Amino acid sequence: MISLNWVKDYVDIESEDLKELAVKITKAGVNVEAVMTSHIDHLVIGKVISCVNHPDSDHLHLCSVDVGEKVVQIVCGASNVREGIKVIVALPGCILPGEVEIKAGKIRGQESNGMICALFELGVEEKTEETYAKGIEEVHSSLKPGDDANIYLGTDDTVYELDVHKHRNNDCYYHIGFAYEIASILNKKVTLPDASYQEIKDNIKDYMHLKVDTPKCPYYTCKMVRDVVIKESPEFIKKRLIAAGMRPINNVVDISNYVMLEYGQPLHFFDKDKLGDNILVRDAKEKEEIITLDGQKRILKSSDIVITDGKKPVCIAGVMGGENTDVDLNTKNILIESAIFDAVSIRYTASNLNLKSEASIRYGKGLNFEYTDAALNRACHLLEKYADAKILSGVIKHDKVDKKEKVVTFETKEINTLLGITLTDDDVKVELARLDFPYVEKKGVFKVTIPRRRLDIDPNINDIAEEIGRLYGYHNLVSTLPLVPTRRGVYVGDVKIRKTISRRLRTLGLNETKNYTLTSSEAASHFRYENKEAVVLPNPMSLDKSVVRTSTLPSLIGVYEYNKARQVENILLYEIAKTYDKDYQEDTKVGILMKGNYLENAWQGIHVKCDFYCIKGIIENLLDYLGFKNRYTFEKATIPDLHPGMSAIIKVDKEMLGVIGRVHPSYQKDEIYVAEISMTKLYQKQVKPIKFKASSKYPEIKKDVAFAVKKNVEAETLIQQIRKSGGKLLSEIEIFDVYVGENVSEDEKSIAFSLTFKDPTRTLSDEEVTEVFEKIIREVEEKVPAKLRNK
Amino acid sequence: MKDLEKILSELEGKIKTIEKESDLNNLRVEYLGKKGCITALSSKIGELPPEERKTFGASLNETKNKATELIDAKKKELDGKALSEKLTREDIDVTLPALKVPVGAPNILENIIEEVEDVFMSMGYDVVDGPEIEEDRYNFELLNIPKGHPARDAQDTFYIEDETILLRSQTSPVQARTMLAAGGNTPIRMICPGKTYRRDADDATHSHQFMQIEGLLVDKDISLSDLKGTFDVIAKRLFGDDVETRFRPSYYQFTEPSVETDISCFVCKGKGCSLCKNTGWITVSGAGMVHPNVLRDCGYDPKVWSGFAFGFGAERLAMLKYGINDIRTFYQTDLRESSTFDRKDV
Repeated sequence: MISLNWVKDYVDIESEDLKELAVKITKAGVNVEAVMTSHIDHLVIGKVISCVNHPDSDHLHLCSVDVGEKVVQIVCGASNVREGIKVIVALPGCILPGEVEIKAGKIRGQESNGMICALFELGVEEKTEETYAKGIEEVHSSLKPGDDANIYLGTDDTVYELDVHKHRNNDCYYHIGFAYEIASILNKKVTLPDASYQEIKDNIKDYMHLKVDTPKCPYYTCKMVRDVVIKESPEFIKKRLIAAGMRPINNVVDISNYVMLEYGQPLHFFDKDKLGDNILVRDAKEKEEIITLDGQKRILKSSDIVITDGKKPVCIAGVMGGENTDVDLNTKNILIESAIFDAVSIRYTASNLNLKSEASIRYGKGLNFEYTDAALNRACHLLEKYADAKILSGVIKHDKVDKKEKVVTFETKEINTLLGITLTDDDVKVELARLDFPYVEKKGVFKVTIPRRRLDIDPNINDIAEEIGRLYGYHNLVSTLPLVPTRRGVYVGDVKIRKTISRRLRTLGLNETKNYTLTSSEAASHFRYENKEAVVLPNPMSLDKSVVRTSTLPSLIGVYEYNKARQVENILLYEIAKTYDKDYQEDTKVGILMKGNYLENAWQGIHVKCDFYCIKGIIENLLDYLGFKNRYTFEKATIPDLHPGMSAIIKVDKEMLGVIGRVHPSYQKDEIYVAEISMTKLYQKQVKPIKFKASSKYPEIKKDVAFAVKKNVEAETLIQQIRKSGGKLLSEIEIFDVYVGENVSEDEKSIAFSLTFKDPTRTLSDEEVTEVFEKIIREVEEKVPAKLRNK
Repeated sequence: MKDLEKILSELEGKIKTIEKESDLNNLRVEYLGKKGCITALSSKIGELPPEERKTFGASLNETKNKATELIDAKKKELDGKALSEKLTREDIDVTLPALKVPVGAPNILENIIEEVEDVFMSMGYDVVDGPEIEEDRYNFELLNIPKGHPARDAQDTFYIEDETILLRSQTSPVQARTMLAAGGNTPIRMICPGKTYRRDADDATHSHQFMQIEGLLVDKDISLSDLKGTFDVIAKRLFGDDVETRFRPSYYQFTEPSVETDISCFVCKGKGCSLCKNTGWITVSGAGMVHPNVLRDCGYDPKVWSGFAFGFGAERLAMLKYGINDIRTFYQTDLRESSTFDRKDV
């Protein structure tokens, strides 16, 4: 929160429209989120010149009121209105709180050109019987008729609420820093506040001894003051603190806050008499205790910094003071601390203790040592002026701060190249002057010293370019395209196969899902077919997002359940996602889930149900599409959470790539089929390019045969034997019937094959086909073993 | 001769009454069959005086042809009638529902990502992928965010091992990896869409998992104006040719200068509405010139090379473009909703 009345002390913005200024500031990079004002337009001081009774009313008055430029007639009903008093007048056009617009008009036949106001009508007081009875406000002040009544009411300030990017939140969150920002935008100069004061002869060094025993406090300095008188703060300090969002307490506390809001430097006031003669700044001891001034007992860690009186802690450095040395209403003598502590350490302490104070927030952002001294002197000035303090001469100081200046050397053309603009050396000089960045320029080479208040700027050309660019205005940039060679970009690495698989699965009717990588340990306990150990987060946000999944299948079950609950009947899903194991081995998985009908048209009676062979078809189609035809097999296996009779592992080139099967009925009652394969493993395999193969010109011969085999014999066994026995002439094997029942023994099944014979180079004779066919029958019967059924 | 005319007119009369093909066949036999009445007349030629034989023969042939024509015409008529009856029987109700051809829908985020990829690929950017479990070094240190830097607090990272291994909080580590892999001497154009993770409680506008589409261009003499031009292209391709763009100064640790990129509100055309919160502008991405420290740490000499980087939130783009107001929509695949996206966009 920035009070613009306050900023006016440091930079001239008298003639600025504060709403427009907010837009300019935002354009230059500091985001003014809201412009807040309680200012009421058309509200002036008036003087009642005459006051007579309204001819047609027993309580209204006709008043002639001097409102500066002219005298107007106003009808007023207040009992306390009378000749000679000064009042607040809302002129026509004035909009009072509650959207009440004042208009010129007639009241019971008499002209009225405004309204004489009570405080409750101006939103300054609540409307109560008491405030109503007070009547209109009688103004006792030196203000003259026509003057802005907001000055009298204290509603003349405008406050900016800032949303400042991290890097600017140390210089734009205090009024002097913000004044510099405004000055650079408006091309004006900043005037710093008065920090002068008288010193008495006594020297602080005779009363205080300072030792700093930690590298985390590079700068520590104190002044001492005597005989302060604790009382209420002057109006302007109170008003400004309130505008900036702080509550006034008393002059001493308020001055410490006031200076912090001016310079961004938090100060700490110790009651010197409670403190004693020593200050020792050191690292806290593990489990050391202190009661902070909010009355809470705090237990410290060795990474915290404490201020001690040589023995016990009196303050958690940069975070909060101790109760034992707190300034109270009886305090007479004060030791003012102005210091710099290690920002990271303060942030860590504040977050450990869960104690974010105004001070810790500022220390946590880092501070400028020049302002550490300036703020100390400014506090002395204000204490002398508003708390009758006597200031001892001298300071105690520990100074190990790095004072190396940040200097950037550059030429204008470097700035131009980076921004794509065309500034001249003179333009750059103007911009640097606006920024108030000291520089020397020799033969087009600029050497700029970054002011210490700009902790955010690193000494490099980009940072300078940004400062110049944002004042130059990004809206003035011309759009160009990089001068680079024309080419089309490509999908690098496995991105391409991921896209290919994704598109194919969609073509095959599956819907793409995207699920959370983090899952619950319950979900992660399912489908652990690889037996991989999962990464478990050490500090999860919640238990349902605590494990990094090793499989997509539990997530797909989640999507299935979500859709089932919404009465979706046909659920066809896939997901392609990275999974990880405990050793952070990445494995991109393709997961598929199918439930319900794959193909349907109800009125026609078409219902192609999702079953094992349907999902197997999806996998085979995908693998064929990717070029793995005839390189994969499905081998029956027992797999966690899959139906033991309807599940298999999928192998490509004899390497296991995934699983397929029906979800175990004890896990999901519904008939759900899932499959998952490792895209990472698939991607590592080589695929041959497409080659054209002409179809045979010679006729083919088809022959059917059926075998009865034991029920546990797999079709694949028969196929392999048939292929082996059929040799070169056998070109295709198709299963057209699987039969169990009459005419087949109870422990057997019958499988019928249609075999196609052909030779691409000639017409086959019946005799040679019959010869091969009989060989097949003979060998299958003998080797599988199987029984030939009636042809 | 009179006989022949009589035969023909008699045939004509009979044909008119025929409705069945079999009756027509019988008629054909009756007149033109081996024993048919017209065929029978040819045996009578021999009985005629030789001077009449020739004319009679010619007349007989003519009669035969005419009879054949009459019968054939009737045949055609009957065939046509039969076919049209068959077609009438085969009439269907074309308004009955069709077979549901199974085609799946893309995830909404993947949809928008592919659209962005397509624009950038057309400008020569490769699409690169990177790990989601990442080292602190790539996620932070190489991006000018050293240990203890406040920018780390804001990202609220899921750490797996203290200060070393994490779930990436941004996709920028892919940029660092790409630069390091390129070895500091080749230009780079890449985008790296992917999942990222931050400790945010899930609600309508926050998600602990979300997708970024970041990109990087490294070359010589690259300027902020080049970034602006590039942003113009993507903004117009995604949101229409009439959108305007603007840059606002911003701050990111790995770019300098940094900007926030806005497009003019495509709903109210800049007049002010609820989508743009009455500002007329919508922020769609963050971007900037690659910080010289990042270039240097990733092997590129900042005195020679420069570049820009940008980042879009895929969820935000999708929410804006499709009018979605709950971020959880993307992660809970409601099949009743996803079918909307199985179509080509305009």
